[in-house]
Amino acid sequence: MNRIQQKLQEDKKLLSLYFTAGYPNINDTMSILQQLQDSGVDMVEVGLPFSDPLADGPTIQESSTAALKNGMTTQLLFDQLKDVRKTIDIPLIVMGYFNPMLQYGVEKFCAKCQEIGIDGIIMPDLPLAEYEAEYKSIFEKYGLINVFLITPQTSDDRIQQIDAASNGFIYMVSSASTTGSQSGFGNTQSEYFERIANMDLNNPQIVGFGISNSDTFQAATAFAKGAIIGSAFIKHLTAHGADSVKAFVKTIR
Amino acid sequence: MITETQESYQADERGYYGDFGGAFIPEMLYPNVEELRSQYVQIMQEPSFQKEFKALLKEYVGRPTPLYYAKRFSKKYNTKVYLKREDLCHTGAHKVNNTIGQILMAQRLGKTRIIAETGAGQHGVATATVCALMGLECIVYMGAIDIKRQAPNVARMKMLGATVRPAMSGSRTLKDATNEAIRDWINNPVDTHYIIGSVVGPHPYPDMVARFQSVISAETKKQLLEVEGRENPDYVVACVGGGSNAAGLFYHYLDQPDVGIIAVEAAGKGIHTGESAATSALGHEGIIHGSKTLLMQTPDGQITEPYSISAGLDYPGVGPMHANLFRTGRGEFISVTDDDAMQAGLELSKLEGIIPAIETSHALAIFETRKFKPDDVVVINLSGRGDKDLNTYIEYFGL
Repeated sequence: MNRIQQKLQEDKKLLSLYFTAGYPNINDTMSILQQLQDSGVDMVEVGLPFSDPLADGPTIQESSTAALKNGMTTQLLFDQLKDVRKTIDIPLIVMGYFNPMLQYGVEKFCAKCQEIGIDGIIMPDLPLAEYEAEYKSIFEKYGLINVFLITPQTSDDRIQQIDAASNGFIYMVSSASTTGSQSGFGNTQSEYFERIANMDLNNPQIVGFGISNSDTFQAATAFAKGAIIGSAFIKHLTAHGADSVKAFVKTIR
Repeated sequence: MITETQESYQADERGYYGDFGGAFIPEMLYPNVEELRSQYVQIMQEPSFQKEFKALLKEYVGRPTPLYYAKRFSKKYNTKVYLKREDLCHTGAHKVNNTIGQILMAQRLGKTRIIAETGAGQHGVATATVCALMGLECIVYMGAIDIKRQAPNVARMKMLGATVRPAMSGSRTLKDATNEAIRDWINNPVDTHYIIGSVVGPHPYPDMVARFQSVISAETKKQLLEVEGRENPDYVVACVGGGSNAAGLFYHYLDQPDVGIIAVEAAGKGIHTGESAATSALGHEGIIHGSKTLLMQTPDGQITEPYSISAGLDYPGVGPMHANLFRTGRGEFISVTDDDAMQAGLELSKLEGIIPAIETSHALAIFETRKFKPDDVVVINLSGRGDKDLNTYIEYFGL
């Protein structure tokens, strides 16, 4: 069983954090991962920076631009992570955009992930139809879990299709937005979280976008299995430096 | 004018032109794009849509545009050159054919808010124009650097009632303006229609925009029949940035093997100078703005910034139709430097009394090196007029 699937079976609400590899400094990747694990974080999305991150708001755009300027590349990230499984045992997911993966070579990318011990991939701009037609067999060959997104506008039919194509969790985008563009949840979100919870899907849901503190973490996980924090964590790293991970996690739970 | 075709160089049902196209979009955009995809052909074929579209093209845009035999230019290059005068369209370029079509589409989809991206400002102006015409809210994203470079077009958009929002991310030019427009659409999924200005973006945009622009070749066929006694020229020539004016001129000739297709890209300061926008020569297959196509990028898959003296040609990708024309060899791709384009623009002004947009000047410049037979009939899309480029012409020639 994949580390993600094991983690999802634990009887607790999961806290997952996203950070952009190569930010704030080019060689922070391993140190940030170690601090996240030591702080009790359940899962991590390692962001592979892209020049044109069109689903992201300003915070992640800026961290991506800075990371690329620092010299981050796909190969460098894989090199930094080559011994990660000697010290880190929480599930690791690579999150990015599809073009860098395509240029590296989809099969080569997946093989490298398996070799390193990456458990899953989130590529927001690799949609269901293209994934199933072209790439599913490759992801599966290397034991990688592909995570799809749903939003408040996703129809029930499509949610069922996505559920059927998923084998880990569903990334539930909290509202119609890019990353980092809202604070707090209203009734609309709660109703949406509850509606999805009542659909009785095969895959648990983890909420992302708009979670920045203990309150929003609690609200998001009232119905869902867990929550992912990205922009708020990046902002914290910008303000307090790459050694301040523990202090941030404490503000969440 | 808008016909269903199953022929090989057109998009297939999934929006693929050979290996290129598709819809590589985040799930947040799926409902909007799917709504459009499932309805665009049907809406375009409705008689009421056709009637309104044709009436606006005639009475508001000023179509049909003339097909003008350029006598002195033809004589100089010893071949028969016709200019399809899209520069005479309202707002000064072919761009408005598409924005008229898309605003009617948006209305039928019940959308009340319009967004667009623009580089040089031509598509922004064409979008602001149709929004004023229909009384719809209009927001145009434009790179902060382009806003400075293209002040008159920014002023035109403002006069037309549009809000111009600067794109501050990345290189702050066209590709970043496109990113910002896409982000806006993600944040406003219900009431907003995104009017993309070229044959780029996720399916169905490349095909939809090509169909709206196909009026150019539909008219050319009729007009050529009158003057030459045949619908098909020997060659059609157009400049390509994203490729909408080219798609319009090529459209009804794509599957006519007797018609040669010539696409002209901007070489900038030279293909290998690092300051170029010649995507077919410098690009590799990848994903940009939701479409699989040829694009300029680093070996690591980061999209790079193109350069051309012409703001309408400096897009790092190219429409998937054109990527396929290049890969299959159906199209002949030629790149033209800044200097050669500027000289060609000046030459047409002096020979024919027509000051072309600098984008268009690239297409005119090929005649110095690409020779045609004396009895060849060559149609060039004169996609835009040069008023907007006067400052660049003034600076370049010291006028």
